[in-house]
Amino acid sequence: MSNAVDTATPKRRGFSASLLKRLKSLVTVLFSVLLTLVGLLFITFIIGRVMPIDPVLAIVGERASQEIYDAAYISLGLDKPLFVQFGLFLKQIAQGDFGISNLTARPVSEDIIRVFPATLELASLGTVFGIVFGIPMGVVAAVNEGKWQDQVVRFVGLFGYSMPIFWIGLVGLIIFYGILGWVGGPGRLDIYYEDVIPVVTGLVLIDSLIEGDIDIFWNAFSHIILPASILGYYSLAYISRMTRSFMLEQLSQEYITTARVKGLSEHTVVWRHALGNVMIPLITVIALSYANLLEGSVLTEIIFAWPGLGSYLTTALLSADMNAVIGGTVVVGMIFVGLNLLSDFLYKVVDPRAR
Amino acid sequence: MTLNSGTPALKQGLRAWLTSDAPESRFHAQMVQVYAGWQSLCANKLAFIGFMIIVALILVAIFAPLLATHDPSIQDLKATLLPPQTDGHIFGTDDSGRDIWSRVVYGSRITLFIVALVAFTAPVFGLLVGTVSGYLGGWVDTVLMRITDIFLAFPRLVLALAFVSALGAGIENAVLAISLTAWPPYARIARAETLTIRHSDYIAAIQLQGAGRIRIIVGHIWPMCMSSLIVRVTLDMAGIILTAAGLGFLGLGAQPPSPEWGAMISAGRTFIYDHWWIATMPGLAIFIVSLGFNLLGDGLRDILDPKKAES
Repeated sequence: MSNAVDTATPKRRGFSASLLKRLKSLVTVLFSVLLTLVGLLFITFIIGRVMPIDPVLAIVGERASQEIYDAAYISLGLDKPLFVQFGLFLKQIAQGDFGISNLTARPVSEDIIRVFPATLELASLGTVFGIVFGIPMGVVAAVNEGKWQDQVVRFVGLFGYSMPIFWIGLVGLIIFYGILGWVGGPGRLDIYYEDVIPVVTGLVLIDSLIEGDIDIFWNAFSHIILPASILGYYSLAYISRMTRSFMLEQLSQEYITTARVKGLSEHTVVWRHALGNVMIPLITVIALSYANLLEGSVLTEIIFAWPGLGSYLTTALLSADMNAVIGGTVVVGMIFVGLNLLSDFLYKVVDPRAR
Repeated sequence: MTLNSGTPALKQGLRAWLTSDAPESRFHAQMVQVYAGWQSLCANKLAFIGFMIIVALILVAIFAPLLATHDPSIQDLKATLLPPQTDGHIFGTDDSGRDIWSRVVYGSRITLFIVALVAFTAPVFGLLVGTVSGYLGGWVDTVLMRITDIFLAFPRLVLALAFVSALGAGIENAVLAISLTAWPPYARIARAETLTIRHSDYIAAIQLQGAGRIRIIVGHIWPMCMSSLIVRVTLDMAGIILTAAGLGFLGLGAQPPSPEWGAMISAGRTFIYDHWWIATMPGLAIFIVSLGFNLLGDGLRDILDPKKAES
């Protein structure tokens, strides 16, 4: 309020000072993110070096002569000290080069770009599911604190936390695909629909709509609905629990009493005023659960033969395809860091107090 | 020391001694506290159910040879893929004729082994890093917390996968990999607790008495971090069980002949549409045990930390 009546001069000074402050905090954040990324790469690099696989043999083959072996050894830079190797590794990654996958004989970066949309599609739908059901559940639980609704929501959440995702996926497949036949089986599409529509975004649901092919859309939907709802259940467990505790905090605030005294309907008080303020911390929760789904999809993708990043990573792990493992781990880690950063940023955009 | 001072009171009845308002010794005070905790645990039905599930798990693991109806690793190729409740096979048999009930029973030992090892190593390491970081402060704090952040930035399962593949598949390496990914949150909690008590009067009093840093951290800061760590560990147990089972499912945990639950699910996956019980039974076991830990952890949070449970 008092700022509004201030003269122009101190205002301008205040503006430049705040700009400087913001720049400073931006630099700090960027620096810490950079440091985290380098640390992440360092751990992956060490894991790659410790792996019980000879990267030279993987290239030249078992029967190569000693000279060829030595030449490859030097060309890979393995004769240099470890920190020099790490520097070269960093340089490579900065250029977006993760090397060639031994399994697919293609650049790892290309592979990842190819498989990532499948994971993104699954995790996004799962998060939507978690938000749509989780937030109302949390609100209902908080409003009826201690009553049966609260207990039900709590129990649903605990169930979600306790279920092995690969097992519930299998059970879901038996019931909904094997017995009832309500959903499509493993994979993203039925086999006769594969490669029919042109790839635009890589997200089958969207691509089929762009192409205007409703049959393929429904087929893709019947395939994605089961794994997405299972992932969504996890996200729901987390989101509903956090919503409940944030709501309880808000509902005990004085402004809620004021709103009630003003004669607002209970509906408006809860769903507009309290929930509106809860949405701010919830952004962080949703971003975190989104990141967790991208990770949690590792096991789900295997169960549902989903050709995404998780399947790619595990296949690479089990067949000791080192470049692919490192590339996949780095990408997943970067997504994690990126989403955390994004949630911090959104938090500041939405909540004026955090600026 | 003063342990015996409680004995005369004992004659008046154990209950009176346990609920006494004026404890006569340190031991007595601790017992009173434990008893109060036990009572509130019993009052919280869900937590009590969770507690009973874990006690049952421990009992099953101890008495596995008595409970198992068959040898868990002996194959009987004349009795493969039997459905539950046939020929004395409670949960049926798997594709090589092994009794699933007995395998699930013996599997509880592996689960308990993993849980116990991780529950011992990860929090202790986290406690060490967190308290040292919080108490010493300065550049030590910056470096240690930076490392913690880097580990936190990794998705857990992916990091565990990468570690196991680097170390080689096997149950010990799975435990190591899970511990390596599980410690950062404990370090964070321990550091936060340390920061709140670092400047308290009693720490200053010990410093004036000439106690060294190690003595202060180990003897006077660690005990204060315990209750929040215990809650967190109990809540994390379910996640640890699920991660271990996931590693076993991928073939990176306990190796085939051993009846690890995740590996059993993976083996039953091939027969899932015709012989549902092979994968379902061990999955149920995992589910019940992790539900037990979750219920107990949820209840413990209410008991040990009423303030945080409210908010």
